[in-house]
Amino acid sequence: MTTRIFVPRDTTAISLGADQIATLIQAEAASRGLDIEIVRNGTRGLFWLEPLIEVETNEGRLGFGPVTESDVSTLFNEHFYHGNQSHPSCVGLVEEIPYLKKQQRLTFARSGIIDPVSLDDYTAHDGYKGLENALMLSGQQIVDEVKTSGLRGRGGAAFPTGIKWQTVLDAAGDQKYIVCNADEGDSGTFADRLVMECDPFMLIEGMTIAGLAVNANQGYIYLRSEYPIAFDIMNQAIASAYEKGYLGNDILGSGRQFDLEVRLGAGAYICGEETSLLDSLEGKRGLVRAKPPLPAIVGLFGKPTVVNNVLSLAAIPYILQHGGAAYAEYGIGRSRGTMPIQLAGNVKYGGLVELAFGIPLNELMNDFGGGTRSGRPLKAVQVGGPLGAYLPESQWDTLIDYEGFSAEKAVLGHGGVVMFDDTVDMGEQARFAMEFCSFESCGKCTPCRIGSTRGVEVIDRIRSGENQDKNWELLEDLCDTMVDGSLCAMGGMTPFPVQSVMKFFPDELRSARQE
Amino acid sequence: MKMTKHSDWRMDDVRKIIQELKHKPGALLPVLHAIQDYIGYLPDTIVPVVAQELMITRAEVHGVISFYHHFRAHKTGRHVVEICRAEACQSVGSRALEAHAKRTLGVDFEQTTPCGSITLEPVYCLGNCATGPSVRIGDSIYGRVSEDRFDELMADCRDTMQEAG
Repeated sequence: MTTRIFVPRDTTAISLGADQIATLIQAEAASRGLDIEIVRNGTRGLFWLEPLIEVETNEGRLGFGPVTESDVSTLFNEHFYHGNQSHPSCVGLVEEIPYLKKQQRLTFARSGIIDPVSLDDYTAHDGYKGLENALMLSGQQIVDEVKTSGLRGRGGAAFPTGIKWQTVLDAAGDQKYIVCNADEGDSGTFADRLVMECDPFMLIEGMTIAGLAVNANQGYIYLRSEYPIAFDIMNQAIASAYEKGYLGNDILGSGRQFDLEVRLGAGAYICGEETSLLDSLEGKRGLVRAKPPLPAIVGLFGKPTVVNNVLSLAAIPYILQHGGAAYAEYGIGRSRGTMPIQLAGNVKYGGLVELAFGIPLNELMNDFGGGTRSGRPLKAVQVGGPLGAYLPESQWDTLIDYEGFSAEKAVLGHGGVVMFDDTVDMGEQARFAMEFCSFESCGKCTPCRIGSTRGVEVIDRIRSGENQDKNWELLEDLCDTMVDGSLCAMGGMTPFPVQSVMKFFPDELRSARQE
Repeated sequence: MKMTKHSDWRMDDVRKIIQELKHKPGALLPVLHAIQDYIGYLPDTIVPVVAQELMITRAEVHGVISFYHHFRAHKTGRHVVEICRAEACQSVGSRALEAHAKRTLGVDFEQTTPCGSITLEPVYCLGNCATGPSVRIGDSIYGRVSEDRFDELMADCRDTMQEAG
């Protein structure tokens, strides 16, 4: 009987040598005359175990990781392909690993289990059940289901998805668009990438349902150019969906049309801002547009457009399969459903943790993350990307919840948690926030374009001890100007990390560390 | 490792690339990506051709090329090596790796080694944030890149340069 061996093909597994491991396993099996089939699955998101090799057994999938090239021959010597657990890299049954078992995976239920480009695998694991239901509903009924779910935009702004869809549904016009924001530029985030690399049909299904809901027949995925593997996998999946009638002008024989194309960005962080993204899709410089008009009314090429993050659209198939109420059962307060948290930076057990809203941040960092990778004390955490505040220890009991984070003047954003140990120089981090904004500002509005450059200069003066009190005051003033006077979140939130350092780590900003 | 290519590119091929893509709504970015994939960069001479074919001004084409970090107006070395400078990689030592890279290669960001094998560039997040520091060479991404690992990767880049000779 053929033994199935799974070797992940997501960026992280490949960045740690998964392709070479797959080649070696194939060669070793051939030289020993063994009948094996290698499946290139997605990742489970347990990155400290990558490359995590799995063997299908009667009891479930048995894991080995992290596997190095030199482990391959010893794995075969120990008969790992028969489910023998004696090899030191064996981690037991993968689904029994507490890190995974304790999660509530609604969006990432299939990640790492299926072959991402196999449509058969997708449909065998509940795939396209949501679309089948949606095809029997009116646009308004689909929108109502999404409203019931309480789903809010997972890109960071947390705007209710159902309300956005309602606006587009109600907008007049024959041509409407669904745009997926896959410009996942925030450092510390990779959940969008995992959706696209591990379960791309889920995103295709979510976008197709969105199209049915608001009467849009064309979708675009705006994908960052930093994700070459996601680009490749997404395109393969779209081609299969067309071939099997899940995309095109007659979806599953319903007579309804939905076309989908991936468009590559070109390395501009600002294009994650929805109006800048639309300009970029139109073939222009990615300049931010003033709102109103909202993209829902005047969006891509001037037409009503739904712009949603990958994770928002990826949550839709579950909602349409199980009902909005089932999704809304998870979560706390006004944050309903689950949040895929990404544990990143200096973390021992980094990876993806999908849980209902409401878990304390420190439980994620310690119980799941296991503290820092370096083993040194944790000092600060940046949540929500480069525009998010640095949280000191006093704020680590904050619950994962949009309102909870706002109350602490922090942002949950896209759910990236970047951990720093005590070797970090917080003054340097504050400077970097301004520096990053000066690189990535689209240049349209003055507070962001000029303010960020002036911010770097003022921080340099403070750190070199020049007129410290006056420059401190100037920096406070500059931050207020950027927050209040910028057109979009780039300039408006760049001060958040700076202000958090001024408040919680003032001494480190006042004195540059001597190397 | 994917290499930048085609020092003997032809304008006729550029026109063909544009013809194939110009029907797309908002075609400029797809067109520029395809040309850069073909030539390795976007030489000034393609600007008027793209402008004419898409019926937009040269200023618009130039404006787009200069806006996006990914588009390059100058020839690169055979390998483009990008080091992630974003926070998650900073937390595990990317600042030191960046300094090491500049010192050992003898170049700053946006510069090419004198032998023409390596162009060093910054990148802001490769989405490999739990296993940094991350480096991208062509379309390949590498995780947990220590200074020693970086040196090995650079040696490989130089070797493939010599083989291609």
